[in-house]
Amino acid sequence: MHTSVVVVGAGPGGLAMSHHLTGAGVDHVLLERGGVAHSWRTERWDSLRLLPPNWMTALPGARYEGGDPDGYMTAAETVAALEAYRSSFDPPLHTGIEVEAACRTGDGFEVRTPQGTWRCDAVVAATGGSSEPRVPAFASELPQAVQQLSSLSYRRPAQIDDRGRVLVVGASASGVQIADELRRAGRDVTIAVGEHIRLPRSYRGCDIYRWLDRIGQLDERWDEVEDLQRARRHASVQVVGSDDGREVDLPSLQGLGVQLVGRLMAIRGTTALCSGGLGSLVANADLKQARLLRRIDEWVDEHDMAHLVGPAVEPSPTVLTQVPTELDLAGFATVIWATGFRPAYRWLDPRAHGRHGRVDHEGGVGTIPGLYLLGLPLLRRRRSNLLAGLGSDAAELGQHLVGYLEAVGRRPAPLSR
Amino acid sequence: MNGTHSRSTITDFSGLGDQHSHRQAYTIEADHPEVFGSEDNGVTPPEIVLGALASCLTAGVATVATNRGVQLRSVTATVSGEMDLQGILGIDADVRNGFDRIDVRFDIDADASRADIEAIVAQSQKRSAVFDIVTNPTTVQVTVA
Repeated sequence: MHTSVVVVGAGPGGLAMSHHLTGAGVDHVLLERGGVAHSWRTERWDSLRLLPPNWMTALPGARYEGGDPDGYMTAAETVAALEAYRSSFDPPLHTGIEVEAACRTGDGFEVRTPQGTWRCDAVVAATGGSSEPRVPAFASELPQAVQQLSSLSYRRPAQIDDRGRVLVVGASASGVQIADELRRAGRDVTIAVGEHIRLPRSYRGCDIYRWLDRIGQLDERWDEVEDLQRARRHASVQVVGSDDGREVDLPSLQGLGVQLVGRLMAIRGTTALCSGGLGSLVANADLKQARLLRRIDEWVDEHDMAHLVGPAVEPSPTVLTQVPTELDLAGFATVIWATGFRPAYRWLDPRAHGRHGRVDHEGGVGTIPGLYLLGLPLLRRRRSNLLAGLGSDAAELGQHLVGYLEAVGRRPAPLSR
Repeated sequence: MNGTHSRSTITDFSGLGDQHSHRQAYTIEADHPEVFGSEDNGVTPPEIVLGALASCLTAGVATVATNRGVQLRSVTATVSGEMDLQGILGIDADVRNGFDRIDVRFDIDADASRADIEAIVAQSQKRSAVFDIVTNPTTVQVTVA
């Protein structure tokens, strides 16, 4: 089978890329292991909502038109929105096809699937950055009796054994949201906290994402960011999209009665050892939060808008009380790993993998000709892995891709009418 | 050397692709205090750890401040550790030998705002070897030659 471009993954990134290629008249196929938005159907917990408000969600050729622009989309609504997007332009979608390998051969690629092999000029890996949970190696040393879940396999409190305590490992958006939900469901919850990013849900009367959008923070480019590899590994922000606008951060969790401990470092028999350095991380998160809020204040002053927004009220500092450095695992029935994700690129040409096994790229342009990546944190800008940011990445990479096809003499056929 | 008095001599270190020597051999003397029936010929080993922590964080403050173009006029770190002696004396098996908590207080005089100084101190902790050593578990293997 021949085509010009194979796009792998029919999530928001793959759909946006397909939309762009369709518009540019590029012959392509969109291959998906499940159905449209597969991971959004099968790997999200029931109550999960997007972090940015609805008005921000946009894909090329589609804007949010629902009745709740300031609300936050649930996973199910996200699936429905992506389904609607798909039917708006009818991409060349092939579902139920798992790509086994995509290798550069001759002047193009060979994309192998159980249903046959595609020959093509370019490949877009739009499988995203959250394919697999990134769980520390010592997870295997946990006592057998402890039920282990990840933020991809956690669904709802009822799934958790209620006869023991729950340890949530990680304090990104996922970790603090899951800890918050389980504590509100009456569970005895401990959260192990490593480096984290604290921001209030709203500031000076506006949603924090409106501010991040306004001050240009979400548009900071990958080639402008200091220490890019580190920035790409940053945890997601401690916020939750809810109807009551509540905060989820370490003070709120402490207020609910969640026990905080430092970063989980090692398992020794039935004891979990935690870092004693939590105070330092908490102080750092509060400092960084204050620095970002000052940026917002400066923006407000520069634009002479102070009379239009609320007063600058700083969130109260995090005060730690009694943080143990050891946990007796005998009391724990469940550990939930909310320790981040990694992409699954084992199917990609081995030559695309750089040192540390990472697939190297320059703003989504792969190191082997004709390879493109989509949906990774800070791929091209801070908004890159948000539904509110994939679209511009797809458009820019789509343009680059069309330029590449022209340069190698595979000029797209003019649009048939 | 008698009793609990010891002298550690440090001459070489390896790393950065090579074997290196200090400009001269440095020594650290340690002993136990007179209240423990010793001769107090040097500081106690846990005090050396506290000193190492203060030195490491202070060096970090100096480095980070230089990188950020902040002129430091003076930096004083005051460090203290709380220890329950029932641990090392073997009186209570539930009490650990080491410090229950350590506090470090920085007094810094510099051409920078309080927020900038706090950020420098935070960054110093982030990059500090001794801060990591004392806050996080480490596998230690002791053998007899």
